[in-house]
Amino acid sequence: MEPLVVLLPLFGAMLSMPLSRVAGAKASEVLTSGLLGVAAIYSWALFFDVAIGGHDRTRVLFEWIGSGAFQVDWAVRLDTLSATMLVVINSVSFLVHVYSMGYMKEYGETPRFFAYLSLFTFAMLMLVTADNFVQLFFGWEGVGLASYLLIGFWYKKKSANDAAIKAFVVNRVGDFGFALGIFCIFYVFNTVQFDEVLNAVRTNAVATPFLAAEGAPVRQLTISVFGADWHALTIIGVLLFIGAMGKSAQFLLHTWLPDAMEGPTPVSALIHAATMVTAGVFLVCRTAEIYEAAPAAAAMVTLIGATTAFFAATVGLLQDDIKKIVAYSTCSQLGYMFFAAGVGAYGAAMFHLFTHAFFKALLFLGSGAVIIGMHHEQDTKKMGGVINLLPLTHIFMLIGTIAITGVGVPGVKLFGVPLGTAGFVSKDMVIESAFLAGADGRAFGMFAFFMGLGAAAMTAFYSWRLMFLTFYGPSRAPDHVVKHPHEVPSTMLAPLAPLALGALVAGMAFYPQFVGDKSVAFWNGALPGTGAAVEMVADAHGGDDGHATEDSHAAEAAHASGGLAAEASTSEASTSKASANAADEHGSEHGSEHGGHHVPTWVLWAPFAMMLLGSGAAFAHYSGRNPLKPGLLREGGMIYAFLKNKWYFDEIYDRLLVRPALAIGRFLWKAGDGRIIDGLGPDGVAASVAAGARRLVKAQTGYMYHYAFAMLIGVGIFMTYVLVRAGGGQ
Amino acid sequence: MTLLADLGALLPEIALVIGAVALLTYGVFQGEESRDDLVSILCVGLLLGAVALVASTGGAAAAAFDGAFRIDAFSQFSKAIIFGAAAFAILMSADASPTGALKRFEYPVLIVLASVGMSLMVSANDLIALYMSIETQSLALYVLAAFNRDSRRSTEAGLKYFVLGALSSGLLLYGASLVYGFAGSTSFPAIAAVATGPAASPGLVVGLVFVICGLAFKVSAAPFHMWTPDVYEGAPTPVTAFFAAAPKVAAMALFARALVGAFPEAVADWRPVIAMIAVASMAVGSVSAIVQTNIKRLLAYSSIGHMGFALVGLAAGTEDGVAGVLIYMSIYVVMTVGSFACVLMMRRQGGRTENISDLSGLATTDKGLALILGVLLFSLAGVPPTGGFFGKLFVFAAAVETGMIWLAVVGVLMSAIAAFYYLRIVKIIWFDDAAPAFLREGGARLGLIASLAAALMLPGLLFLIAPLQAAANTAAASLF
Repeated sequence: MEPLVVLLPLFGAMLSMPLSRVAGAKASEVLTSGLLGVAAIYSWALFFDVAIGGHDRTRVLFEWIGSGAFQVDWAVRLDTLSATMLVVINSVSFLVHVYSMGYMKEYGETPRFFAYLSLFTFAMLMLVTADNFVQLFFGWEGVGLASYLLIGFWYKKKSANDAAIKAFVVNRVGDFGFALGIFCIFYVFNTVQFDEVLNAVRTNAVATPFLAAEGAPVRQLTISVFGADWHALTIIGVLLFIGAMGKSAQFLLHTWLPDAMEGPTPVSALIHAATMVTAGVFLVCRTAEIYEAAPAAAAMVTLIGATTAFFAATVGLLQDDIKKIVAYSTCSQLGYMFFAAGVGAYGAAMFHLFTHAFFKALLFLGSGAVIIGMHHEQDTKKMGGVINLLPLTHIFMLIGTIAITGVGVPGVKLFGVPLGTAGFVSKDMVIESAFLAGADGRAFGMFAFFMGLGAAAMTAFYSWRLMFLTFYGPSRAPDHVVKHPHEVPSTMLAPLAPLALGALVAGMAFYPQFVGDKSVAFWNGALPGTGAAVEMVADAHGGDDGHATEDSHAAEAAHASGGLAAEASTSEASTSKASANAADEHGSEHGSEHGGHHVPTWVLWAPFAMMLLGSGAAFAHYSGRNPLKPGLLREGGMIYAFLKNKWYFDEIYDRLLVRPALAIGRFLWKAGDGRIIDGLGPDGVAASVAAGARRLVKAQTGYMYHYAFAMLIGVGIFMTYVLVRAGGGQ
Repeated sequence: MTLLADLGALLPEIALVIGAVALLTYGVFQGEESRDDLVSILCVGLLLGAVALVASTGGAAAAAFDGAFRIDAFSQFSKAIIFGAAAFAILMSADASPTGALKRFEYPVLIVLASVGMSLMVSANDLIALYMSIETQSLALYVLAAFNRDSRRSTEAGLKYFVLGALSSGLLLYGASLVYGFAGSTSFPAIAAVATGPAASPGLVVGLVFVICGLAFKVSAAPFHMWTPDVYEGAPTPVTAFFAAAPKVAAMALFARALVGAFPEAVADWRPVIAMIAVASMAVGSVSAIVQTNIKRLLAYSSIGHMGFALVGLAAGTEDGVAGVLIYMSIYVVMTVGSFACVLMMRRQGGRTENISDLSGLATTDKGLALILGVLLFSLAGVPPTGGFFGKLFVFAAAVETGMIWLAVVGVLMSAIAAFYYLRIVKIIWFDDAAPAFLREGGARLGLIASLAAALMLPGLLFLIAPLQAAANTAAASLF
């Protein structure tokens, strides 16, 4: 049964186009959505069974590749990590399918669109349910393909095609790193199975690299790259993270994500907000053991994540396109997830991934409703006063905004759960984890903390700016739009409701499981620093199988992590302790809520204060009659231009990479291929053959005496040859 | 050996002659009223009966008329193909010209008589028998080429064929007389006994070269090929279809028997000559076809090229080489019959069309024909896994085994060039704008023949290649 949760969307993708021929576009829309609905319900059932109920399992379907030591299976691996992703993917995908029925109505070609959406969903599910790196890579490339197809869905539009190609090419850079990472893993471990690789790292087993004479404990193992010896796990961690950077649009490889907004808005919501871009976070969490054993790689994750969070937020400040604002916001939030993972708070990273899916999909789909309502207008400068035209959409967007900005009540816990919106609960958790890690000396922890705080303020600013420019104040839209706003069908509004509910309460509802007192049982070994440590303890102590109180869980987790890490190195001990402490902090029910010995009160209040600061600034500037008046950053200023041009990344890449590549390409094409290879090779040969043909045919005059003459010449030549040869022989 | 035994050995040929004469008599007495359809069908029956007779004689080698003719596995293999190809040619003609000039009772009878000549050619084991059988065949063919005597092109073709054929016969006879003079015998085994070692006797070698040139004319190998495009284009298309298939097999088999049977020890003398002819034929066939616009001329050059490829196997001069030639020729005959069946189906209101451009966009107007022709063209080009590929594979392999790697390389290069013009037609059929559709009435039998050929070339041969190879190996072994 389990494979069905993966395969139902595939059936939808395969049937969509043929069905539309037979029964019309509507039928294929309903079918794909219906199949996704079943898959979504089933994945919730699996979530409660696997994650809450603790029934981990892996269903191996059949062998995919078997070549010597290289064994790869098709499998459905169900543990808490993948079950969480299943819920996110299938739920959001189902809602987006339903939403698309309304959104795509006017654009046509819906069977193709729904086929792509379902294909994407299938690939994403293959990715998260993989039990080995190769199947994961299959899904990874599958989502890349689907993303390409969907960004370029309006293939007659040049900008859409450009954006699709850009997304594909930038992802290629990341995927190259990822593929190298997989090669390295196979080289070192002789396997690509998650369990075997991660177990080897966890237990520091002796690993013998492929064809190497002798092995070494894997955490001490070095491999030779470019003539120098490098720590093998660091290399692997960095390479895998490069793959994650591409897919998750992290700093330096982020340029494709804003352009990807050329695709239809439902696509942005599903792929470029809720699911595909989080694949990188999933990958880091899935391979968390490696990062735990490779502090340098983890430091890189933290650094890049924190930089992205801050950078994308700054760019988001000045965007005018409603979708681009949300896109940069996504980029920034992904940065949060990464630095959470980088500092070892994998639970917090996954938690933020989970809550982010709700409110970001909500914001995107809400934006889509606004765009439709405003007659396909995306520029917020030409909006304003939309609250009167689309009151219901306004409410949903408002919910999304308070969720992403992190409205909540710091310092209050009800039933051991913080009180606040989804974004408040998970983001604060991420920022606190960074602080704790930084306080414990984990590399870039404090950097991430401050970057996260800065980004939080800016997040509030740009989110409210979007709200003010779009919904409030006097309308700047043309008259006919104001008088006749486009109708927003109910199929577009209905999916917003469950997302809005999730944006409000998902953080509180799942806090205990993801990061709170039930996290150890919840993760059940899927993430290190949580269940894994306990398992280790249980193994080490024989009888202690995890039925102790929550307090002792956390304590033992810390102890186990410390004890384990002591085998390796002291720096690892401190990092592991940091994550364990984070768990301890939030796991303790009896301590004063925020007066823990590691997290000072100001740290707990800081994100909230930053949110107020950013919101206040936005309110002060944009709530007046003329929200477009120049503010602190004036047009024409250097900083304004710097931010408006997205730190000039596109320009720099254009100068440094695109143009030289094009120049080299043009040279090789025109001079190398055109003149030399074609000129001397195929074209030259073809031309001379054709010329020879014309000459030969000219000899075919039709006169018999010419023919007879040719025959006699032939006789003469052969005779001469034979006689000369015979004479030479004698 | 008694006369009865001699006649028994040539029973198929005798049966064909008697049948042909009887049908001729019948036709003459019926006059214009004669039911040529009946004659055609009886002729097909005669040929198929001859195939059965050939098959029934068993594999044992036998000689007839003091060794002038030799009946062995090699001749049996060749005769089966020849009679089969001739039968298909008659079947195609009857369908191809519902009102045309070919509706005469003489036409199928002439094909039967030509088949008798060809049948004797592959059995000929003596210079006299060789010449007599060639002339028996050729006289029938000359008449066939000019059969549409009201057409200028047809009569021109017949005349050209006749005059140049006479020239080649002259070369052949002169060579044969030299060989007889220096060897003292016309019998192949007797010549073989004398022509030992390389360059044993310059006079013998000169005679051999003349004989080779005469025979090269019959297989239309370069530089003795120039009649081919003109005759193929000028002769009525069903006749061309016949010319391209059966006589080529007969001439090629005769070529093999004459060289391997009469000059086995002088292989070093004739191998380079054959190799040169092969290279020239492949080059002329492949290159000249590129600029053709008429499909019959194109197929003429195509057949010149194919003779070149087959001669590569003969140039090897080994048992494998001869087996390769037989395999190649069998596959070639099927491809050719199929292609000409397709060409015969190119009919529009007001007559037959012969331009390649008329095939434009055939895929949209007649998908079935486009598919069949596509398969046949791929096979002619030698694209695996079609039949044409296996044919080339065996002859090139034989050449490589004898150390003539350069010849195989040239062959591969030439087949690459040849692929261009075959694939160009495929492109015209599948990707160009559609020309008006062809008429479809009365093409059922042609369609059946074409699809049978295509089916043999693509899926069929994958199963038949092993038995075909076994039969060819047996046949080749009987020559050595």
